[in-house]
Amino acid sequence: MATAVVTAERENYLNKEYGVRSWLLTVDHKRIALLYLVSVTFFFLIGGLFALLIRLELLTPAGDLVQADTYNKLFTMHGMVMVFFFLIPVVPAVLGNFLVPLMIGAKDLAFPRINLLSWYLYIIAGVLMLHCMLTGGVDTGWTFYTPFSTAFSNTKVVEAGIAVFINGFSSIFTGLNFIVTIHRMRAPGMTWSRLPLFIWAQYATSVIMILGTPVVAVTIVLVAVERLFHLGIFDPKLGGDPLLFQHLFWFYSHPAVYIMILPSMGVISELITCFSRKRIFGYSFVALSSIGIAVLGFLVWAHHMFVAGISLYAALIFSALSYLVGVPSAIKVFNWTATLYRGSITYSTPMLYAFGFLGLFTIGGLTGLFLACLGVDVHVTDTYFVVAHFHYVMVGGVLMGYLGGIHFWWPKITGRMYPEFWGRLSALIVFVGFNLTFFPQFILGYLGMPRRYYQYVPEYQVLNVLSTAGATVLGVGYLMPMVYLLWSMRYGKPASDNPWNAAGLEWMTSSPPPTFNFDETPVVDFEAYDYEHIPEKHEEEVAVG
Amino acid sequence: MAGNVDALYIFLTVVSALMCVLVFTLVVVFAARFRRRKGVRAEQIEGSLPLEITWSVLPLGVFFVFFAWGAWIYFSERTPPQGASEVYVVGKQWMWKLEHAEGQREINQLHVPVGRDIKLIMTSQDVIHSFYVPAFRIKQDVLPGRYTTTWFRATKPGTYHLFCAEYCGTQHSGMIGSVVVMEPAEYQAWLGGGGATTGSLASNGQALFTQLGCATCHRTDTQGRGPNLVGTFGKPVLLEDGRTVMEDENYVRESILVPTAKVVSGFKPVMPAFQGMVSEEQLNALVAYIKSLSPPSAGAANTASVAPSGEKPHGPEVH
Repeated sequence: MATAVVTAERENYLNKEYGVRSWLLTVDHKRIALLYLVSVTFFFLIGGLFALLIRLELLTPAGDLVQADTYNKLFTMHGMVMVFFFLIPVVPAVLGNFLVPLMIGAKDLAFPRINLLSWYLYIIAGVLMLHCMLTGGVDTGWTFYTPFSTAFSNTKVVEAGIAVFINGFSSIFTGLNFIVTIHRMRAPGMTWSRLPLFIWAQYATSVIMILGTPVVAVTIVLVAVERLFHLGIFDPKLGGDPLLFQHLFWFYSHPAVYIMILPSMGVISELITCFSRKRIFGYSFVALSSIGIAVLGFLVWAHHMFVAGISLYAALIFSALSYLVGVPSAIKVFNWTATLYRGSITYSTPMLYAFGFLGLFTIGGLTGLFLACLGVDVHVTDTYFVVAHFHYVMVGGVLMGYLGGIHFWWPKITGRMYPEFWGRLSALIVFVGFNLTFFPQFILGYLGMPRRYYQYVPEYQVLNVLSTAGATVLGVGYLMPMVYLLWSMRYGKPASDNPWNAAGLEWMTSSPPPTFNFDETPVVDFEAYDYEHIPEKHEEEVAVG
Repeated sequence: MAGNVDALYIFLTVVSALMCVLVFTLVVVFAARFRRRKGVRAEQIEGSLPLEITWSVLPLGVFFVFFAWGAWIYFSERTPPQGASEVYVVGKQWMWKLEHAEGQREINQLHVPVGRDIKLIMTSQDVIHSFYVPAFRIKQDVLPGRYTTTWFRATKPGTYHLFCAEYCGTQHSGMIGSVVVMEPAEYQAWLGGGGATTGSLASNGQALFTQLGCATCHRTDTQGRGPNLVGTFGKPVLLEDGRTVMEDENYVRESILVPTAKVVSGFKPVMPAFQGMVSEEQLNALVAYIKSLSPPSAGAANTASVAPSGEKPHGPEVH
């Protein structure tokens, strides 16, 4: 590193050992988090490239940029890569891996080797998925609907399925590791009611991971069995039931949405408290609403199937249950807002991302109410309204939380500050670009444009052009942090141990932390977000930039 | 129906916009009003049970209104009115095949008269499709191996988009067509003109019924080896295993393809299976014929009789 001038650096997890081997065989949760950081970023770029091609194709009503089959593969692989290889692992495997032990005062996760194994499974699955994409790809949509996927598609369905299957185990292992760690390895005095809300969110997420993922794994095996051996499970020609597939698939894939969003919600609780200098408003309600979402999230899957041919009464029940799951999300939003009240608020980059999260998640959540509403869902399901809705939640929400978190903990992770001006600018560009891209899609959906359309009728063009224009802005917003964060690893200002003057055990060790996190096991005799007892620092030290 | 859906949609939009305005205003006002000032520390507030209860229960109450209104619309969308004209729809990669009860066949186009209830009885030859007419606010997935139904009543003449809304392969976005809504007189002319038919769907079904040998067992007296089918459609059937099921389109379909699945009480499972031996169109004709053996009491629309011209009295639904 060029900044060798910063001499006598303390030994930390980054400089303790060097060399490829020390990284590939590491069992340090912080190093594994960085391995994940690099790999999920790689898959984000791949998925983003597909998104770019999709948006370019949709600039004009006619199918002209790529072939119809290519387009179908593009949106399929965009979905598979983004869902399974980016959104599901991104916050738990990067920030969760790095922070869970630090936040509860532990030396590492309970099973460090299993943690490394999860990363290897992720990589094996990822390589398989890449191989699948490079040798022809798959065109079933990320949803693998039968009997298209089992009897009609002549693309690499089984290979993509195996990749998703293996990746599932990576997810299960991470969840298992977190649950055991949170139960067994909390520092003395770190009671459940003192846990940071990020930990509560990770815990709720882990429960979904280990309960839901096996179901999708089994479902994919069934698809493969039907496709390869013509055993009638889903295909009516073989005596199967195609709706059975949809039930099994959504039983995992709806809760999977909460696997994506819950960890980001945890991040937001950390950011809003720190930059308001306040204890969270209604700690137990925010904590338990995570558990509430995890539990209720398992009871709403058939709201993806209101027009699929399920019975009238099943639809009524699932609509009602879907409204119930809206309540804990509303509780969170209101508590975050109330936390700002009488705070001492600074607008640092992480806080701007948190504000962005509140905006996008509120819109995403509220449009969920439209889709839970039977009479309206019939019209807007399978249109761009749905596309816009889940991007607001899964991309707007998750990425705002993730980027906010990455900026917030960047000094802890790397020991360097990111450039504050560029950080704020990126938060602004992402927010504006995101709304430009996806808001027009709500209108497109209500006007009736179906999703997964390679060509469309000309009256939808104006809104599609708007959306594509927004996507270019959004793309710039997402690329910026990659550039300046990389830059800051070399040239960034060295960070102090607690540059934000934040509460939480992770800030009580050095930046970057030593391999075993704490020189001596911390003893916790304070509540979470104990900003009341944290003395004010000098302005210039706190409000960096 | 479109009007109802739009009203609910507008209601949802207004309530959601108000919620957005509330949250965003609070966030912006708090962020500005309580920005960091030298010497002013944050005031620690633990929380408030009354507030938590308020903002849990109040949204729940509003959600219940959304739910109830949406459920009410959905209920009528899923319940075709008595006496609706029936159109059989077969989806296949990548086209829509439609057949009127009167026998007219169309591809990717559906001609209907204004103001008449149209019930669609749909199935797919291959993968799942979805019959979507945005202007009518209706959408229903079309599945292989069973019938799904939906209905509409067009109120304004014109040509409306018909889309496939469930991804079905290469030409999914090319599986589009139109619904042409005509004035009743125009529609009569269309019926008489273009589509030279080979007789009504039910009469085709009757011919098939004889040709396939169904009539030898399903006799119109009580002496047949199979049940007499006259007057049975739309009524409950007692099965050999003691269950009672409704004789609807899906039941008739299954009983032709896999007769042993649900055997009528008092009969032996001796009927051969027709799975793979009849096309979807032939099945539709057979189903239409069997239905025609049980005309609705009022004697209206679903046989080959020509539909009434002009406006008929409207129920509460405006479609």
